[in-house]
Amino acid sequence: MKNVIVIGGGVAGMESSAQLADMGYQVTLVEKESKLGGHVDQWDFLFPNHRPAREIIDSLKQRLNYKVEVKLGTEVESMQRNNGQYAVKLNSTEVLHADALLLASGFDLFPAQKKEEYGYGIYNHVITAADLEEIFRSGNLRKVVSGNTHRIGIVHCVGSRDEKVGNEYCSKVCCVTGVKQAIRLREALPEYEVFNFYMDLRMFGRYFEDLYREAQEKWGVQFVRGRVSEASEDVKGNVVVKVEDTLAGRPMKISLDLLILLTGFIPSKGTSRLGDLLQLEFGSDRFLKPADEHLLRNHSKLEGVFLAGACTGPRSIAETITDARAAVLEIAAFFRDKVTVHE
Amino acid sequence: MKLEGKKRIWSEYQKEIADDHYYYARSCIRQNFFPASETIFLRIMQQELGKDIKDDARHTTCTGIAYHSDLVPFDTTMTVVARLFSLMTEAGYENYAPSCITSFGLYSEILETWEHHPEIEARVREHLWKSTRREFKKPKNLAHASDIVYKFRHRIAEKGKYRLVNHKTGEPLKVVEHIGCHYSRMFPHKGVGGAEYPYVLVGMIEAWGGEVVDYPERRHCCGFGFRQYLVKSNRGYSISSSRKKFESMEPFKPDMIITNCPGCPYFLDRWQYAISEMEGKTYGENGNGIPVLTYEETAGLVMGYDPWDLGFQMHQVSVEPLLDKIGVPYDPYAKYLGVNGKFIGTPEHPEVLKVY
Repeated sequence: MKNVIVIGGGVAGMESSAQLADMGYQVTLVEKESKLGGHVDQWDFLFPNHRPAREIIDSLKQRLNYKVEVKLGTEVESMQRNNGQYAVKLNSTEVLHADALLLASGFDLFPAQKKEEYGYGIYNHVITAADLEEIFRSGNLRKVVSGNTHRIGIVHCVGSRDEKVGNEYCSKVCCVTGVKQAIRLREALPEYEVFNFYMDLRMFGRYFEDLYREAQEKWGVQFVRGRVSEASEDVKGNVVVKVEDTLAGRPMKISLDLLILLTGFIPSKGTSRLGDLLQLEFGSDRFLKPADEHLLRNHSKLEGVFLAGACTGPRSIAETITDARAAVLEIAAFFRDKVTVHE
Repeated sequence: MKLEGKKRIWSEYQKEIADDHYYYARSCIRQNFFPASETIFLRIMQQELGKDIKDDARHTTCTGIAYHSDLVPFDTTMTVVARLFSLMTEAGYENYAPSCITSFGLYSEILETWEHHPEIEARVREHLWKSTRREFKKPKNLAHASDIVYKFRHRIAEKGKYRLVNHKTGEPLKVVEHIGCHYSRMFPHKGVGGAEYPYVLVGMIEAWGGEVVDYPERRHCCGFGFRQYLVKSNRGYSISSSRKKFESMEPFKPDMIITNCPGCPYFLDRWQYAISEMEGKTYGENGNGIPVLTYEETAGLVMGYDPWDLGFQMHQVSVEPLLDKIGVPYDPYAKYLGVNGKFIGTPEHPEVLKVY
């Protein structure tokens, strides 16, 4: 029986592991954290249908049951190819052997403190979208807002499409996340105004535009086209932001109870490290580069090493699942045909 | 406010500041605006800290104000600066210490330009040679004079007589720090603490016992902004910028403002008078203004120098309420005595802003 080692226990790793096991392969899933689920496990509700994130993770976990050997709290230390197989040494000193490797090592969120002007980690009421999901989950939203201004701001493209931080790419899902979170805030705090500060809104997915319209028409969310230049704190502890409203053609200064930063994707430390260990190619965005951007999107340049999910760039959950399944088919084809990718 | 967040940023933006042997470049305008500041810096460096610092009468403007007002082209500016570096080289120094923030920003810009474009440096060397027959070495260390005071802030505190503390209540004074725009905004790594949360003055305030006020318009321009003031018809921008800052800091009830730029203390000091005349508004307690001090004046205050030797009589906003808070004695009758002991006259008192 062919062996596959899947590295990364987020949505891509879990979905691909379950699919590979269903196809009859022996699968080992290696995850550095102490539990599965990746970033989605931290999320509360998902766009575009407000579905609990928990449902996705629970469903994926259920499909792994008994079919996949899961190694939690485990990191890959080295990988070597011998006689068509990969020897993977783990930090537990155990060495696993596999006929194929699937990298599903995902992304990290852009560290918001790098945008120093927004004061994350300095001003008390500046948080990230991920922090807000945690607040939603804890049910403590009202404790977080002071009620001084009854206004909340959401900043788009924090660490994305930003030459200053060296990330020129779009992280794709932040726009719709901002719309989703704005609606959730208006639902939970109807007396609050919610402002989204954006460059342009990229509602690329099915129903995303509907969500954007719903935010405006049903929930009265205000969208201001302009980048926030700086945040600060006034004597009452409110966050004061400066932004240019480029449609009205004038600068704005607004005091808020809470400022939420929609941080984008960056390659995870694991993705960068695995790429270095295997000497894989990286794109200009520092995510892993597939063997061919159109035809071999799940292949790396190395024979038997495949890629799935956000290790090759920002993706939504639905896209990640589709990508994971595509990677599984490529692995099956590889075992069947022993297709060799020539450099 | 989470101080740990700021500390993390401060730790990322530390710079090398030479320990001794500085070539000092004075500012074009500071000796008129706050005339004791540079003298006090030299006194502290030479007499209190025993440092070797060269005060060279031959140096000229760096052209910064004219350069940033689009009056002098960059090639001319670079050649003038090259001459200043040649004076430093000739005097046998390697550590350049400008008094002016605009100069510091301009030197940083020029050195960075030369690093990336050696052909420009070669061209400037040729210009300098053709026009003056001079040659130069680039500074090994470039530190603004406020960087140097920051470096020795704890020694100044140890030697000092006073702290930035209300001597009656024991409470730290609330201090607004204002950093010149050209200090670190262009090159965050060339300033102590970076561009968004500069630490250079905060470090002094902390070391000398004060409490720093972080207010919403902290990063906003003082009001000078070069053409905002130099072009007469633009001066509304200048005073509105200063006013915006005062309105923003007022709720924090600051006891004083400290600056590290030639223009900033001037505009923050003088415009308080103008606003009081135009709007009947003052920003300190009981009709007083908020005293605006340079970091050298503040260091001199901490050292216990006579307030009139620090040039406080040249301030528009009276410093006496601050001296009273700290417990610094002063002779009000000596305020307007010249260095020769003769009375130089009392300026006219404004109608709204209280002066002493």
